[in-house]
Amino acid sequence: MDKNERLLEIHHLHKDYGNGPVLNDVSLDVHKGEVLVLIGPSGCGKSTFLRCMNGLESIQSGEILLDGQVISGEKTKWSEVRQKIGMVFQSYELFPHMTVLDNILLGPMKVQKRSRPEAEKEAEKLLERVGLLDKKDVYPRQLSGGQKQRVAIVRALIMKPEIMLFDEVTAALDPEMVREVLDVMLELAKAGSTMVIVTHEMQFARAVADQVVFLDGGDIVEMDEPERFFVCPKTERAQRFLNTFTFEKKEG
Amino acid sequence: MQDLGIRVLFMGNNLARLLGGLWVTIEISLLSVVFSIVLGILLGMVMTLKNPVIRCITKVYLEFIRIMPQLVLLFLVYFGVTKTFGIQLSGQVSAVIVFTLWGTAEMGDLVRGALISIPRHQYESGAALGLESGQIYRYIIIPQTLRRLVPLAINLTTRMIKTTSLIVLIGVVEVLKVAQQIIEANRYTVPDSALWIYGAVFFLYFLACWPISLLASRLEKKWKD
Repeated sequence: MDKNERLLEIHHLHKDYGNGPVLNDVSLDVHKGEVLVLIGPSGCGKSTFLRCMNGLESIQSGEILLDGQVISGEKTKWSEVRQKIGMVFQSYELFPHMTVLDNILLGPMKVQKRSRPEAEKEAEKLLERVGLLDKKDVYPRQLSGGQKQRVAIVRALIMKPEIMLFDEVTAALDPEMVREVLDVMLELAKAGSTMVIVTHEMQFARAVADQVVFLDGGDIVEMDEPERFFVCPKTERAQRFLNTFTFEKKEG
Repeated sequence: MQDLGIRVLFMGNNLARLLGGLWVTIEISLLSVVFSIVLGILLGMVMTLKNPVIRCITKVYLEFIRIMPQLVLLFLVYFGVTKTFGIQLSGQVSAVIVFTLWGTAEMGDLVRGALISIPRHQYESGAALGLESGQIYRYIIIPQTLRRLVPLAINLTTRMIKTTSLIVLIGVVEVLKVAQQIIEANRYTVPDSALWIYGAVFFLYFLACWPISLLASRLEKKWKD
């Protein structure tokens, strides 16, 4: 891809919680319109990596650039940067004391100072897109997990972020609700959104990704297009990881 | 038909005196509750700090106040302070001091509990939207903390109102003391007035506390998430 299209650049990122490195000299570029899927065994640092990208985790060394601007410095105005980097969490984290609509409007109205009627109109349009317009006045507790997660996606989308981060957004969902959330994400990907996704859903990763990034032990071990990665992974570690998802029929 | 003790209640200005006593009770309770809420919120916020010295001090304070019966605290302040430091405290002032000390400890613990019960992710999802930390507190954390706190604080208020009945023992003339006085004054003419007068006191406490606890359960239901 063209170098000018790089949206998010991570150079030699090093992250340490104080008992050994979690991320060790990791570099990665995210291009405009690209969908990157981070996979790897539990504790490999993929969620931490994602959280470093919008400053929820501090980093010990390295550099993160958004649109060519360094955002990992001391003087970063994270509240400005985070408007451009939307994030959706595993446990939805809707605000329980607000209706669905108010959850969605908090960011646009308080951070971006947009007018309520304008923001409300867009919120309704987005809710319709994820099939939840009729739920706009209910409280999060009245929604199923999958519905909450779709609202959380809308809440991030309405900020018009340049890039969206998804942190294991289906991991807390019942299996039958996973699909409705993944469909929304697939649609976003098709519409050309730039996304970085951490997930355990391998089928989904294969369907949605432009690039699959395999992390293990705080390192990027392998990075490839999904068809190549899932069919014939180059590294032994990736092979072993993928094997944990397949079951062989027991010989009788 | 036997002479009913209830007539004592309506003799002279007995009822007005009882109500006056109730007002003393409520006045002391309200003052203590207001002080406790203000100081308790501060204490609760301090208690969430990770500083080990602060943790230790607040913990000792909390345990000390909780283990000590309120009556002992009342005696300690009313008699002890007067004797030892030569400061003359009226019964009412001592009562407000003791109930504030107690209420602050209880309230502080409630505030601490409410604050730490807000998941870390609520702060993070606010931050991820680009909210500044002041905005995160204003729109996300404080409203949720209050919702958890208000019903608990109201229950604490009713507990404090009830416990003020102890201050009879340091000579404050509140509703219970007035009742005793009325019963004593009519001991020979209406020997069975005790049931009726104490019954009236029960009813007055009920009148004071019931609407408050009703409000608490109302809010609790409304804000359940």
